[in-house]
Amino acid sequence: MQVTSRHFKKEAHDALQDAKVQEAFSKVKTGFSVARAERVSELPEFEDLRDSARDLKNHIIEHLDFYLEYFEDQVLLQGGQVHWCSTYAEAREAILKICRDADAKTVTKGKSMITEEMALNDFLAANDIEPIETDLGEYIIQLAEEYPSHIIAPALHKTKDQVTELFHEHHQKYGLNERQTDPQALVNEARSVLREKYVAADVGITGANFMIAETGSTVIVTNEGNGDLTQSLPKTHIAVSSVEKVVPTLEDASTFLRLLARSATGQEMSVYTTFSTGPRRRDDIDGPAAFHVVIVDSGRTELLGTDKQDLLRCLKCGACMNHCPVYQAVGGHTYGWVYPGPIGAALNPQMVGLEEARHLPNATSFCGRCEEVCPVRIPLPKIMRHWREEAFEKQIAPKPERWGVGLWAFFAKRPALYRLATRVGAMTLKALAGKKGRLSKLPLATGWTSVRDLPAPQGSTFMDQWKKQQKRGQN
Amino acid sequence: MPSREKILNRIRHNLGRGPLSDEAAAAARARIEGHSRNIVPDRTNISAAEKVDLFQQKMEALGGTVTRVSSMDNVAEEVQDYLSSHNLPSKIKMSPALSDLSFEKAPLLEVTEGAADIKDDVSLTPALAAMAESGTLCMASGADTPSTLNFLPENHIVVLKANQVTGGFEDAWDRVRDKFGTGNMPRTVNFISGPSRTADIEQTLIMGAHGPRRLHVVIVEDEPQG
Amino acid sequence: MSADTETSQEARNVALFVTCLVDLNRPSVAFAAIKLLEQAGCTIMVPEAQTCCGQIAYNSGDRESTKVIATQVIRAFKDFDYVVAPSGSCAGMIKHHYPELFKDDPTMMVEVEELSNRTFELVSFLTDICGFSPDGVSLDKSLTYHDSCSSLREMKVKDQPRQLLGAVDGLEIREAADREVCCGFGGTFCLKYSEISGEMVDNKVNNLLATKADILAAGDMGCLMNIAGRLKRRGEDMKVLHVAEVLAGMGDGPGLAEGEN
Repeated sequence: MQVTSRHFKKEAHDALQDAKVQEAFSKVKTGFSVARAERVSELPEFEDLRDSARDLKNHIIEHLDFYLEYFEDQVLLQGGQVHWCSTYAEAREAILKICRDADAKTVTKGKSMITEEMALNDFLAANDIEPIETDLGEYIIQLAEEYPSHIIAPALHKTKDQVTELFHEHHQKYGLNERQTDPQALVNEARSVLREKYVAADVGITGANFMIAETGSTVIVTNEGNGDLTQSLPKTHIAVSSVEKVVPTLEDASTFLRLLARSATGQEMSVYTTFSTGPRRRDDIDGPAAFHVVIVDSGRTELLGTDKQDLLRCLKCGACMNHCPVYQAVGGHTYGWVYPGPIGAALNPQMVGLEEARHLPNATSFCGRCEEVCPVRIPLPKIMRHWREEAFEKQIAPKPERWGVGLWAFFAKRPALYRLATRVGAMTLKALAGKKGRLSKLPLATGWTSVRDLPAPQGSTFMDQWKKQQKRGQN
Repeated sequence: MPSREKILNRIRHNLGRGPLSDEAAAAARARIEGHSRNIVPDRTNISAAEKVDLFQQKMEALGGTVTRVSSMDNVAEEVQDYLSSHNLPSKIKMSPALSDLSFEKAPLLEVTEGAADIKDDVSLTPALAAMAESGTLCMASGADTPSTLNFLPENHIVVLKANQVTGGFEDAWDRVRDKFGTGNMPRTVNFISGPSRTADIEQTLIMGAHGPRRLHVVIVEDEPQG
Repeated sequence: MSADTETSQEARNVALFVTCLVDLNRPSVAFAAIKLLEQAGCTIMVPEAQTCCGQIAYNSGDRESTKVIATQVIRAFKDFDYVVAPSGSCAGMIKHHYPELFKDDPTMMVEVEELSNRTFELVSFLTDICGFSPDGVSLDKSLTYHDSCSSLREMKVKDQPRQLLGAVDGLEIREAADREVCCGFGGTFCLKYSEISGEMVDNKVNNLLATKADILAAGDMGCLMNIAGRLKRRGEDMKVLHVAEVLAGMGDGPGLAEGEN
């Protein structure tokens, strides 16, 4: 997909003026966040589970090669196939080949962020294979030719009216001519259209929240049931996942499942959690005849051994964005690539390049709510700071910014000079403010004064007053 | 170099090591084979009867419905009553695994066995287990338990024996291992926690997105001992 | 109180980390802090070689400058039982981020960790270490308290200020909605991404105003300047004070951005 992260500031400006975006994204605050807090309060073990999940993920990361190979062995043993793909291009080609071998004309798809990363839909369409998204949110944005604005609620930015128009435009060819305005009716309409698609599809593509080494299973988690229809009705099931999704055992997956839905949507469990292992067995009367697992790397293993390795713990639950005031203010598309919010700010510089994504780790107040809710305790602000350090070293930040900080640091390193500068600064600002006690305009500080007044200093600096007072005390 | 080796080499190189030492690999293998439990919520630490109650309470909170019958002989009648009271068709598609059910007391039901078809409105299936922890059913696919029945029809009725109700997810895994052998899985294991839903349009909760709109669980109470 | 605590109370030797914003913008906060600490039985020193904790450089990715500034702080605050700052943000920098900054420098680490262990945010120091409660302070007003992110999340300051404010005679505390959500200050963030920061501070101000409280108090100057500046820009007359000023009985003086009247 087209990466637009470098335009973050302009996109943020537009999003802040857009009433629809503002309304849509403020809803995560009252929806997901409140539900999460309720579920967390009902489970006394929640914080211990987070610790345990963090430690478990760290263990997996340290043994990643071992568990991936073990997983592969089990998939093969169960009659499935594994495709290792170092890059997006390799993954797209591998998937295309499987589809071609299956003579596929249409493929149905469950929600999968990794296939968003590699822009699989465009690629399949360009190769005369029609991809059909089946998750309602994904389906909506596929019709709108957009990409997700939230990793678990892809069409969060769409209003009901927009969905009405999209369905009306695209469903008339199925003889559905009435404009539906009620959410239930809209869901029913999508349901009826997509049912035919599930049955007609030659290949079903899903993601995988986990790959279980013990059994060679892939796991998907949905609320709609679309993923299950996608993977059980066509003759071929392709599960696309990324290297860090492997977990050792069913018990380990259980630990992550206890955290995943609670953190994401504030449910104890999503409605459907499905463990898929190999193709249908000899006597089975349904299920896919072929099972492929596509394991993608594409930059992830480059995080190993770096100060950003903890990102590989991510469960892709979306809790960080649900609790992020910046995400709520600017919406998902402003981030300019697949992952928005704090996880995007920490991960995207790795995936699309720091120069392209340099705004993302900077556009945060470091309030720390993301880390506070992350089920696997990824230190997101710390990783964003590491990107700032890298940008500083590579001089990627704009010059005025670097100079400003440099000038300030120059004084801060020299207490005597600093005293002098603050003394002059405080008195000057106080004088400029006059009796009002505040400044509404100040050259070189328009970033501040464009939004708020600057409270003026009281007068002499504390250090000056204190020194005087001490002297007086001695006399 | 094939991508498989590229990826594995990159992992090892960036972790600053070669392949795992024999010792470390043996420990990791033992970890998998031991499949020991991590933290299990204390709420699962209750009596068998309390587990059934908790399962029911959780399932109902999720929007499923639950009734209890005293024996397998009463299941068919309960199914018939459920369908008629909801004005639902009496034609049902049933898992072959339930072929021993007697439908004598439910003359209105038209029962066929097999995998789900797009035209089926109602399915009737067994479960492998259920978890009180979260009100979750555990279904395993097999020759006589096609998994499409769990998803395609709009109405899904599940026959669950009270002694199938366990505490947490780990207890369900023990049942799966008992049935299929350690390290083995059927093609599909489904955890199902309530009827299908979506909140993808303006975060409004709507039931029946793609999977069943209604999920009804018939719990068959334990037969009295002796 | 145990005999033990009383003995250690006599020896409580506190160095005040003034913070750059208090030094420059609102010295009355430091005087309030000193007054409170003295009431709590501490002996106060103000090391002269202090400038700032280095957070601006740190969050701008300039680790080397940060290390120079941090080393300065470590030296200047070497010989005191406790280091106390009227700010969760600066205290958090010293307590949590200095160890992170020097984690690969074993020669510095001993001193850094030792400093980290004796560094505190003012209000939590008063309650948790000194067992202090304001006595004879009264203010017949309503007040809403804003949790700064670093106080709340890094320094675990949440109940302590409410407990102390609750002991002020006549003061009514009103909680605002979304009280754990950031005000949009974020250091240089508010300058570089002023529009986003503006949206955040507006949301914050809306929630604060909805309490109809007379006073807004918080424990961090960054938040206070941001919120006061936005309140005044919107023409609101909610008074903005540092929590130390309220607790020290200085709640009647002019608030931030108010001038002399």
